[in-house]
Amino acid sequence: MTELELPPIDYAAIAPILIMLGAAVVGVLVEAFVPRRLRHPVQLPLALLAVLAALTMVVVNADKRVITIGVIAVDGPTLFLQGSILALSAVALLLLGERAVERGGAFVAQAAVTADSPEDRRQAESAGGAGEVYPLTTFAIAGMLIFVSANDLLTMFIALEVFSLPLYLLCALARRRRLLSQEAAMKYFLLGAYASAFFLFGLALIYGFTAGLGDRASGVDFATVNAAVANSTASPVLLFAGMALVAIGLLFKAAAAPFHVWTPDVYQGAPTPLTGFMAACTKVAAFGALLRVFHVAFEGARWDFTPVLGAVAVLTMVVGALFAVTQTDIKRLLAYSSIANAGYLLVGVLAPGSEGLSGTMFYLVAYGFTVLAAFAVVTLVRDADGEATHLSRWAGLGRRSPVYASVFTFILLAFAGIPLTSGFMSKVAVFAPALDGGQVWLVIAGVLTSMVLAFPYLRVVVLMWLSEPGDSTPTVAVPGAFTSAALVIGVLATLALGVVPAPLLDLASSAADFVR
Amino acid sequence: MSDFPFLSVLTVAPLVGAVVVAFLPRSRPTLAKQVALGWSLLVLALSVVMWVTFQVDGDRFQFRESYPWIPNWGVNFTFAADGIALVMLMLIAVLVPLVILASWHDAESSKRSVPVYFALLLVLECTMIGVFAAADVFLFYVFFEVMLVPMYFLIGSYGGHQRQYAAVKFFLYSLVGGLFMLAAVIGLWVVGGKTFDWVALSQVDISTGVERWLFLGFFIAFAIKAPFFPFHTWLPDAGGAAPAGAAALLVGVLDKVGTFGILRYCLPLFPDAAQWFAPWALGLAVVGIIYAALLAVGQNDLKRLVSYTSIAHFGFIGVGIFAFTTQAGTGAVLYMLNHGLATGLLFLVVGMLVVRRGSALVSDFGGAGKLVPVLAGVFFFAGLASLALPGTAPFVSEFLVLIGTFTVNKPVAVIATLGIILAAAYVLWMVQRTTQGTLNPALTEIDGMKRDLNLREKVVVAPLIALILVLGFYPKPVTDVINPAIQATMEDVGRTDPAPSAGTVQEASR
Repeated sequence: MTELELPPIDYAAIAPILIMLGAAVVGVLVEAFVPRRLRHPVQLPLALLAVLAALTMVVVNADKRVITIGVIAVDGPTLFLQGSILALSAVALLLLGERAVERGGAFVAQAAVTADSPEDRRQAESAGGAGEVYPLTTFAIAGMLIFVSANDLLTMFIALEVFSLPLYLLCALARRRRLLSQEAAMKYFLLGAYASAFFLFGLALIYGFTAGLGDRASGVDFATVNAAVANSTASPVLLFAGMALVAIGLLFKAAAAPFHVWTPDVYQGAPTPLTGFMAACTKVAAFGALLRVFHVAFEGARWDFTPVLGAVAVLTMVVGALFAVTQTDIKRLLAYSSIANAGYLLVGVLAPGSEGLSGTMFYLVAYGFTVLAAFAVVTLVRDADGEATHLSRWAGLGRRSPVYASVFTFILLAFAGIPLTSGFMSKVAVFAPALDGGQVWLVIAGVLTSMVLAFPYLRVVVLMWLSEPGDSTPTVAVPGAFTSAALVIGVLATLALGVVPAPLLDLASSAADFVR
Repeated sequence: MSDFPFLSVLTVAPLVGAVVVAFLPRSRPTLAKQVALGWSLLVLALSVVMWVTFQVDGDRFQFRESYPWIPNWGVNFTFAADGIALVMLMLIAVLVPLVILASWHDAESSKRSVPVYFALLLVLECTMIGVFAAADVFLFYVFFEVMLVPMYFLIGSYGGHQRQYAAVKFFLYSLVGGLFMLAAVIGLWVVGGKTFDWVALSQVDISTGVERWLFLGFFIAFAIKAPFFPFHTWLPDAGGAAPAGAAALLVGVLDKVGTFGILRYCLPLFPDAAQWFAPWALGLAVVGIIYAALLAVGQNDLKRLVSYTSIAHFGFIGVGIFAFTTQAGTGAVLYMLNHGLATGLLFLVVGMLVVRRGSALVSDFGGAGKLVPVLAGVFFFAGLASLALPGTAPFVSEFLVLIGTFTVNKPVAVIATLGIILAAAYVLWMVQRTTQGTLNPALTEIDGMKRDLNLREKVVVAPLIALILVLGFYPKPVTDVINPAIQATMEDVGRTDPAPSAGTVQEASR
């Protein structure tokens, strides 16, 4: 029996992933051995430190362009996206760790207690929050870091599960509206499981397709798939079916129509800080994977997938924009807005060349910071029953708390793409390369849906400023230091990327080259 | 002195003032007003220096400055002004201090922060100056869109009846136009070799089909902004709901961005498409003249009435632009200035009437001249200027537009002339029903109607009246500035004036 040869491992290149996984394990140990009252003060700094350490390693790796162990590609897009995920996670962790706004934090300790039973009500009212939130989140972040660097479909699938499973669980932990929260977790889990199954089935078909390469061993790493797309003698049906199924799995995570139906329910039911985390970081991870799969593995089939993905993009923009108009709940409105944004991001994914790639990456960062700030404000607008998410409750908020209403107005203007906000720059960043690549119809659809989408945003602005406050207008809670910090970072990033986008655009375009 | 960065300083200065004013304590509204007024006078002084420095026989674009902004996309902070932009910048600099002075007590009735109102006015001034001073298409677009935000809050927060509806309608209409333009701006960038610089883009040859689509993208945005028929329905609502000062700026300056944009962007950048679309644009303009004038006759709300008269006037400007002669073009730009002065004055005076009566309805007035004779006299003068009576500035511009059009397109000129008759109808009838005739007894019971113009209000109207009269008799200083810019624009379009049959007409207008 031949000795099994270990592949050389570039530990520095995978250090960010190792740090996050290590921190997650330590977090679990902390839960097991540290006294209850000390857990929260230990867990949050631990998670934040890990994120910062990982971010430092990403910066140290800045010039690395390697594929290590054959399955992890550390190149420009990987590092840019990993850095984005970590920076956004740091902000999200601040929101997740806030305990000043609500006693015990936004999470309960046990997800599985029957909703609305006496025990459930007791834990929602008085029990401390779950410390497990931190290791779970850290695991999810680690999964996302692997997801955007995965260089074969199998690693990508494992990463998908690593970051999805903690999210399913976290969704069920909302302190208020327990039934909605559990429903959200259930829906997300079931539909996510289907999506994973689709992905896995697609992977199998692609594996079969690479068997047609002849002299080369079949496999699901992207170099092999790329070669197979060009030279395989196997039936192209295998390729197209496999490509479609893999895409479905990824588009589900990206919340693109028609695989978006989970989004509003999950965004609404999940604890709001987690919703912000999902809207920002999951989006980066999902689009990072989409970019790599379609720019590296299936590059040769560009002419075949562009019309289909283009149709998905148009449908996503239209569905997101039209349904956003009819929403009466701020979290659902932001959910449909995030769906529409997934459509704009797809426009960037489909734009050929490195400009589309860098534009998409810029968009992801810009949108992530803005959406985190948006959900940070949502956590603050509350009354005795928790967050007041129904839009009618926001009437006259500008009179009650002009500062937060101004901040939210600025965020909404950014979503609407008004210049001097990052929202405008990111729209230009994806529309320009798309138009340059000749995809006029995608840009037209983007512009038309932007017009529709401006209406719901503006409606919220009108509600906040131009309506008189009623008896039911909630007050805005005094934010703790963490939420304040998250809000300030999100808003400043939105403004800075709108006024001086050049540094990040430079960084994105210098990173926009995949190692193959 | 010409090395001084006039345009960037002019753009930034009001913004700095706005920040200062916004952070003044809410409890000291008078201080906020004084600072805002002082700041806008400073901007006016700087503009006057710039006007004097401008060399009439110099380059087409002067005061050019350029700083890199987003090198990845070739975006620069490029400012430059030709004669047309210079005239509009002067108009802004003159109107803003007067509007601030006229709005002295407007914000107090709204229960909202007074300093914020004046800060918003200054932000608006910053964006308006920026939009006329930009020589980079991207930068122009940024100012074009950002301009919506302060105006939206001015209407929505400080406006009158139906302000929410009007503010949202204004915002959405403008945003829709702006997004069409965004697509065209990016398209222009792609076909123009990835630059946003106006000078570079004006040299680019674009294939016919693409050029027409890009022209349409820009034109729709400008036609909504101006507004031309049939994109005009937002203006009467916005003008009717906005506080009088903001309405004066909205109609006096903000809407000129539309006609300015057509002159600066649609014509020189897409000359062939401009010629191809010209008959359509002329048609819209002529319909606008007649249709808006007819609607104005039937209005019972003074502010809506003035808004409709403006739409008719924008029709004249549109005719002047798309006639493609130097005379008509010069007339159109002069019209933009004069309309800003005359309609600005009219809006401000209407605002003074409305504040006194507590109502903007014509039927609530009647014989008001017996109670407030001076105010009624100024109102009458503003009306006469608005209907282009000889001796007032708008007459010169309207006349230039009509003769400039007549030399190339007689039917359009003849139909447009009908608009003058309708203008007399709506202005005179409005004046007759509000200030002339028998005194409405209800007016005598209102304290406000017993106070005639006070000193502050006299200071507001006097400069405008003086300017309207001076430019009515001696428009040469302004036409000298406008003429070279218009000639250059007409050369860009590739149209030369028809040889004058008598020679004297051409000379007379110089």
